[in-house]
Order: sequence, then C-alpha cells, then structure tokens
Amino acid sequence: MNANASASDIDVARICELAHFCLSEEERDRFQKELEPIVAYVRKLTELDLDGVEPTKFGQPVSNVLREDIVEPSLAHDTVLANAPDADENEFRMPKIVE
Amino acid sequence: MKYLVSIGLETHVQLKTDTKMFCGCRLSTEDEPNTNVCPVCLGLPGALPRMNAKAVRYTVMSGLMLGCEISRYAEFDRKNYFYPDMSKNYQISQNGHPLCIGGGVDIPEDGREGAPMRHIRINHIHLEEDAAKINHYARHSGVDYNRCGTPLMEIVSEPDLSSPDEAMAYLLKLRQILVYAGVSDCNLEDGNMRSDVNISIRPVGQEKLGTKVEIKNMNTFKGIHAALEYEIARQTEILNQGGVIIQETRRWDGDLGETFSMRSKENAHDYRYFPEPDMLPIELSEEQIAQWRALLPELPEQKRVRFCEQYGIPAYDAGVLSAQLPLANYFEAVIAAGAPAKSASNWIMGDFLRLLGAAGIEVTDCKLKPETLAALILLVEKRTINMPTAKALLEEVFPEGGDPEALVRERGLAQVSDTGAVETFARQAIEANPKPVAEYKAGKAASLQYLVGQVMKLSRGKANPKLAGEILARLLAE
Repeated sequence: MNANASASDIDVARICELAHFCLSEEERDRFQKELEPIVAYVRKLTELDLDGVEPTKFGQPVSNVLREDIVEPSLAHDTVLANAPDADENEFRMPKIVE
Repeated sequence: MKYLVSIGLETHVQLKTDTKMFCGCRLSTEDEPNTNVCPVCLGLPGALPRMNAKAVRYTVMSGLMLGCEISRYAEFDRKNYFYPDMSKNYQISQNGHPLCIGGGVDIPEDGREGAPMRHIRINHIHLEEDAAKINHYARHSGVDYNRCGTPLMEIVSEPDLSSPDEAMAYLLKLRQILVYAGVSDCNLEDGNMRSDVNISIRPVGQEKLGTKVEIKNMNTFKGIHAALEYEIARQTEILNQGGVIIQETRRWDGDLGETFSMRSKENAHDYRYFPEPDMLPIELSEEQIAQWRALLPELPEQKRVRFCEQYGIPAYDAGVLSAQLPLANYFEAVIAAGAPAKSASNWIMGDFLRLLGAAGIEVTDCKLKPETLAALILLVEKRTINMPTAKALLEEVFPEGGDPEALVRERGLAQVSDTGAVETFARQAIEANPKPVAEYKAGKAASLQYLVGQVMKLSRGKANPKLAGEILARLLAE
C-alpha cells in the first residue's frame, strides 16, 4: 500500500509549503507514513452514529470571558527585542521583503 | 460590448478603544516602535489572549446602526498564514459565527446627490486583530509590533455596488454612521479605515456574475476609486479582445496608477481556519443587546428628518447640518443658547461654514463657541446691530472667540433705530445727492437704494437700513 494514497487527507508537501517548513524528501515520506495511523485512529469516529452531536470546540462550557478596556503595562523595550534573531535599536530586523 | 460592474468591499475599521483586542497594551500611533508590546503581541508560547469587552460592544453597536442581525452566539477562529507581520502565524478572526449578520446602507444611485436610493447589502461584520507594521529599508525590513492586535471590525458588503462612484458613496455613508456611533474615528490618514475590493464585470443581459478579482493596498478613498476605474478598463479590454479574466488578487500601485498580479500570494487563500481554542465563545442575551441599543445615537437620516420637523428648516439645510455629528451638535447648541432655529441655520450654513472652510479647520477645532454665535445672532434679532455689522463682527470673533455684546458697546456699533437720528442722515443724503433724488422722483426706484447706501455711510454703518429706506421714501414723497 502506498503511503500517499492511504493518508490522502493530508498532503504533507503542501502543508510544508504553507507553513514554510523545510523537510528533506526522506523526512516528508516519514511524516506522511507516521500520519497515516494517526488519521486512521481519528477516522474511527466516523464509525459511530454522530447525527445531532455538536463537535466539541471548547474545553469548558463557559462563555463571555472578557477584559475591561484598561491599559496595562507592556514589556520593557529590551525584553521585547531580547529574543529577536536580529534587531536594530527599535525594530525586529529581517531580510528585505519584496512583494 | 456593454458590461455591468459588480463591486464588493471589505472594509476594516479600527475601533476606538484604549487597548488592544486581546491584551492590555496601549493603542497609540505616536509611540516608539515595539514599546506597546507584550507576550500576547509577540505570540510567545503560553501567552493567552484576553478579549476586550469594549471592542465587542462597539462591533455590536455598529451592527445595530447598520441594521444587522446581532448573533446571540459568536465564535473566534484562527486564520493561518505565514508572514512576519503576524507573530503567531495566525490571526484571531471570526469565520463561521461572526458577531453581526446582514444589514446594509442606503446610498443615492451612482452616488449622485438627489438620485433614487439603492440599498447596499452587508453580508456580515466580524471582529479581528490587526497585523504588525512592516517598514522597508534599503537593505532590510523592520517589524514594529505596536499595531499588532489593534481591534479591527471588518464590514463585508455584498457585490451590490455598480460603479466606483457608488463605492465612494457607500464608504462615505459607512464612515458617517460609524463616526456618529462613536465607535471609530475613521481617520483615513491614520489608516483607521481601509478597504480591499473585489470587482467583476459581465456583459449586459448575463445573470451570473463574472470572475472576480480582488484588489488590495489602497490607502485612500481616492486610491480605491482610481483602482476600480483602472480595473474596470483592464477587464473590459480583456473581454473585448475575447480573453478570460483570471480569478486572482492584484495589488494597487498608487504611484504608477496600475494594478499588478500578486503571484506570491497564490497560497494566501488557503487559511485553514479552525476554532480558536484560546478564545471562549460570546453569548449575547436580549437584555444585553437592548442595553447597547439604548446607547445608540440618532442616525444621520433620523436627525435630518427631525431637524426639518422640529426646527422648520429646509430639507437641504437639514441634510448639510446633520451630515456630520459635530456640526449637528454645534447647530443644536446655538439653538439651545437662545438663537432662533432658522437664523441659526442660515448663519451656520452661510458665513460659519465659509469661515471654517477658509480656515481649513473642522467644527471640533473651532474656537468660536456656539454661545458666542448665538449672542451675535440675538443682537441681530433684537435689531441692536444690522446685518453688515454682524457679519464683520463674526469675522472678527471667529478665529479666537470673543464677546459680541461687549464689542458692540465698546465701539458704539449699535444700530441707530432712532427715527430722529436716521432722519437727520436722510436729509443730509438728499441734500448732497440731487441727481439720484431727481431720478427717483422721475420713477427710477433703484435710486432709493443708492440713497440708503449714503445714509449708511453717513451713519458709519450703524443706521437701520430698513428704517432709512422708509424715512427716505417718506421725505422724497413730501
């Protein structure tokens, strides 16, 4: 059985392209194969009669968790830029983006 | 061949909150880059978004002003895309269950004043967060996350607009209503209101809409108009030559005045939406919606009708006075300070708006208080001063304000309505101008106006011109 055909719900090559993941061909094949049993496991759900059952989207039956519009302190400037791979004094620096 | 144009707009409106959508960082366009930033803005692992209650209220109020159905249940979703302006690699938005559904605005056909009204349908309004700002330099680009997380309300219209002028009329109407509602400044310079458009054309007679093209990157209303005009011409040319329109996203280049295909964004539409697990749903009760409804101001159209009925002013004047909330409030404040409504309307529609225009300022920046204008109007109403004196005084107090009554006293500007005094001036005028007197007596009625002018001159502008006319006519008839 061919891995691409069996895990056809997920196209690893395309997902990598969208998420800007660089995987080697071997890695891609490996993930494609590893995803197959995962997808198959989840697919078991379709064996059940789920008519009229709403999908669970949230962990708790709670709504309206809101915050008042009040200013709170932000991070110190140095802290903000501390993890930046590259920065000048104000901004996160990155290779020039050309549209 | 003749083509029909269908335009739809996705309008992002920045809500007037003090803090961001999902964290307490200050919203400001004036601070140094990356100063109003926290772990939520930076998408640091474990940072949890917390929703701004005011942004939800403002979106619902906008929906109520625009005739939308308010959702009793709303959810947030992740819109996934990979770009440095979004630190988390997803934007929190609403896909399946937005806060407001349906609604619309009425605009005059083709945006022409006085034309029959057309209803432009709104598909829905959802709430989302803005992305960071990317600045481009010679050798690199820089990211400023201050703007990241700004609450944006996206108003999505149906493709009901049939020309660039209608698109303008729609945007102006939206802006008018949202500024009225106090939910946004809709300031274009600050990017408070930005629109992407989609546009398709189809031959007259064809029912089905043509292939739509999306255009991005217009920063001004003018840019939107120009981009639409350009795109209509481009698509017409293609169809006339027997070509096919490709469904794509194009970028407007304002400097070149052209749109360009954004091939780099071919994958951009695959956003892989899924429910945002960090954000619990919003449930709105009838009571809550009713409470917010009670906070709504009168709509511009309702105000226009009320101005006509309550103050007995012409429909056109009521339209101008109600078009902007600050002007409408100014007008009502002048009336509240004692000026008769019709005079208040005449003064504001005439000299006041002219002076505002000449000074290049908005009503809100005007230093002339409504009470001062009312005092000036009352001086004319009581015939203490005449019209030319009043107009000259308005010019004088307009820039910095002032006390018209005190100025009239100090300078002795009060109009002379004393019959004896005016009669003295009238006799002098008759004596000094035998020719117009003879002409008047020979039947040339206009010569009387010349003599009234002479009386005004002799009185240094203070005579009551109506009284002067009456006295002159009486003396000359003797």
